Amino acid sequence: MGLKMRYVPGPLLIICIIGLAAPQTCTAQTVQVASKRFTGSIILGEVATHWLRQADIEVEHQAQLGDTRFLWEALLAGEIDLYPDYTGTILRETLASHNLDPADLDSALASVGIKSSRPLGVNDTYVLGMKTEKAAELGIRTISDLNRYPDLRFGFSAPFMDRWDGWPTLRVNYDMPHTAVRGMDHDLSYVGIQSGTIDVMDMYATDAEIEIHDLTPLEDDLGHFPEYQAVYLYRADLAERAKSAPDLLDSLGGRISTEVMRVLNMRVVSDGESETRVAADFLSKSFDLAAPPDVNEVTTWMQLWVYTREHVTLVAVSLLAAILISIPLGIMAAKFASLGAVILGVVGVIYTIPSLALLVFMIPLLGVGGPPAVVALFLYSLLPIVRNTHAGLTNIPSSLREAAVAIGLERNARLWRVELPLAMPSIMAGVQTSAVINIGTATLGALIGAGGYGQPILTGIRLSDTGLILLGAVPAALMALAAQGLFSLIERRLYSPDRPLHLTG
Amino acid sequence: MIDLCGVSKNYGMHVALHPMNLTVKKGETTVLIGPSGCGKSTLLRIMIGLVRPTTGEVWYGNALLDADTVRSIRLRTGYVIQKGGLFPHMTARDNVTLMARHLNWDRQNIQERLNELAELVRLTSPTMQRYPSELSGGESQRISIMRALFLDPDVLLMDEPLGALDPMIRFGLQQDLRSIFERLKKTVVIVTHDMAEAAYLGNSIVLIRAGQVIQHGTMQEILNEPKTQFAREFVRAQRGLHAWA
Repeated sequence: MGLKMRYVPGPLLIICIIGLAAPQTCTAQTVQVASKRFTGSIILGEVATHWLRQADIEVEHQAQLGDTRFLWEALLAGEIDLYPDYTGTILRETLASHNLDPADLDSALASVGIKSSRPLGVNDTYVLGMKTEKAAELGIRTISDLNRYPDLRFGFSAPFMDRWDGWPTLRVNYDMPHTAVRGMDHDLSYVGIQSGTIDVMDMYATDAEIEIHDLTPLEDDLGHFPEYQAVYLYRADLAERAKSAPDLLDSLGGRISTEVMRVLNMRVVSDGESETRVAADFLSKSFDLAAPPDVNEVTTWMQLWVYTREHVTLVAVSLLAAILISIPLGIMAAKFASLGAVILGVVGVIYTIPSLALLVFMIPLLGVGGPPAVVALFLYSLLPIVRNTHAGLTNIPSSLREAAVAIGLERNARLWRVELPLAMPSIMAGVQTSAVINIGTATLGALIGAGGYGQPILTGIRLSDTGLILLGAVPAALMALAAQGLFSLIERRLYSPDRPLHLTG
Repeated sequence: MIDLCGVSKNYGMHVALHPMNLTVKKGETTVLIGPSGCGKSTLLRIMIGLVRPTTGEVWYGNALLDADTVRSIRLRTGYVIQKGGLFPHMTARDNVTLMARHLNWDRQNIQERLNELAELVRLTSPTMQRYPSELSGGESQRISIMRALFLDPDVLLMDEPLGALDPMIRFGLQQDLRSIFERLKKTVVIVTHDMAEAAYLGNSIVLIRAGQVIQHGTMQEILNEPKTQFAREFVRAQRGLHAWA
């Protein structure tokens, strides 16, 4: 495409790009599996995916789609059909306000149209961990022991910081005096504890990093954490689309022990195998399958092409919409001063919303995936174009504006023939700024399942794989440079190259 | 041709023009002259409808200048300002032919009119392909005059058209302007602060000071019978300067 691009007329190119945005393989019969943003959950997602496919059910796995709350909402909304979760999480977090007894879990789930599979066997409980060396040095073995050292620094994952079973109640139950407590990304906590910037972190009992980084899980001596039995949560109506699916999920019950899970995690995090390969191997060994599941491992280049396509789609659709809306808004702002103050104020306020928050605000309105990301990026792209259109028009020297009036051009003709062409360099500069910001911000789209270059960055952070982070970061930077070049080129096309542009008249 | 009846202009408390009556005769060149800030440019801008008078009316023949008539009056009025007011994103040719193209004249008429006017202001066709930033001050003013004349207007309004030019070029253009006015017999109103230029170009001189018409007549009348102390001083100051030059 790169080489042929120059022969494709602009509008056609844009239509092609929008074509790419069309929903891809989302037929009604396809079972949508999702997983949370950590390795163990992705492996369980892959296990379910392979297992259902063995029975000729069409399955799509949206790996590392989001955190608990996010997946739960997506499941209730029917955007996904199933995902792996943990009983403790459901009781103490998702349905915490119901104050359920574990025995009532199934009926509580049924009342919102959700069912739970038989427990898989893993008890993936939360544990607090320290470097083994440090724990030995301080003589810390249990969580209670931590109270003897109130200066220890804690780094907890964002969900753990405010979960009902997390830090807020842990602190009360153990009466902990510590004040140096901060929330950070779970995967980055491992980096932090390794480098010594934090002393204690939350971990999952099956995390491979416990072994890799030589960490010691502290005993939960007061029994704060409940059981976290891994189960698949699925929609009660799943059987309508895939009759055998519930039974298949139940048949996995008791087959994945905590120890097995830790080994599977290890193979991914430490040995660099893909989650899909690890899950397939596990299934074919434990069920003695004649034909092992097809592992559709894609090459890095194919993967990069997919990321590129997703990223270009996010940027092109949102930027095009932003251009179409912003220029008229900028014109109105320039023509009517009081309306202008309102328009510039509103797009300015939108711009100040942190991009991550803006993405998350979109989820209740538009669900997950591409559409909410496109809308968030669109909103984000408005300000530079609106402001530059406004500035370009209001900075036209009054002598030129009056000349256009005096020679008898009507209002619209003045706009098209004189004012917009004179403002065009400023408008194009605004579009260029928007494009560059948009391309950078679009990497955050991966947080809500929109894909793009953010995907390898997220995975890279999860697996501490710098190469994978660069696989997202470098193309994103190159794309920003390319956009800058493209718009410079367009601007030069609009103005013949040998002409200096002076607005002095 | 143009009648101003009781026209005045206030900007808030500041009085830019006191109520005045003024008649511009058809086919004559009328010069508005006075010191900087006297209101002569404001008066011209009122005539083209860029400034709305606080009181009074402007008549073009039988037509009252108002929101309904302003556009048709502008199409029959050419307007030239100090630094040309040429649009920097268009070639000289596109600047000159802008309105004709906008009004859908046919190509051949446009080309003929362009050739005719280029000859009148003595510009060659390579100049017409240039952008305003590539034109000299004198060329810019000639292009600006072509643009003002393109639709063959009845009236030509010029706001210090030669004000930004250096003396040699200015002199050449003064001569050309006079011959153009004589050939075309348009009704011309021209604003200047230069007495010699006024004498050279104008049939009728309007001397303005602090928003008031001090004297209106031929140059001979003003020189021979200045009506006020100011008129006397203005004439003497201008003469003195030119005696030095």
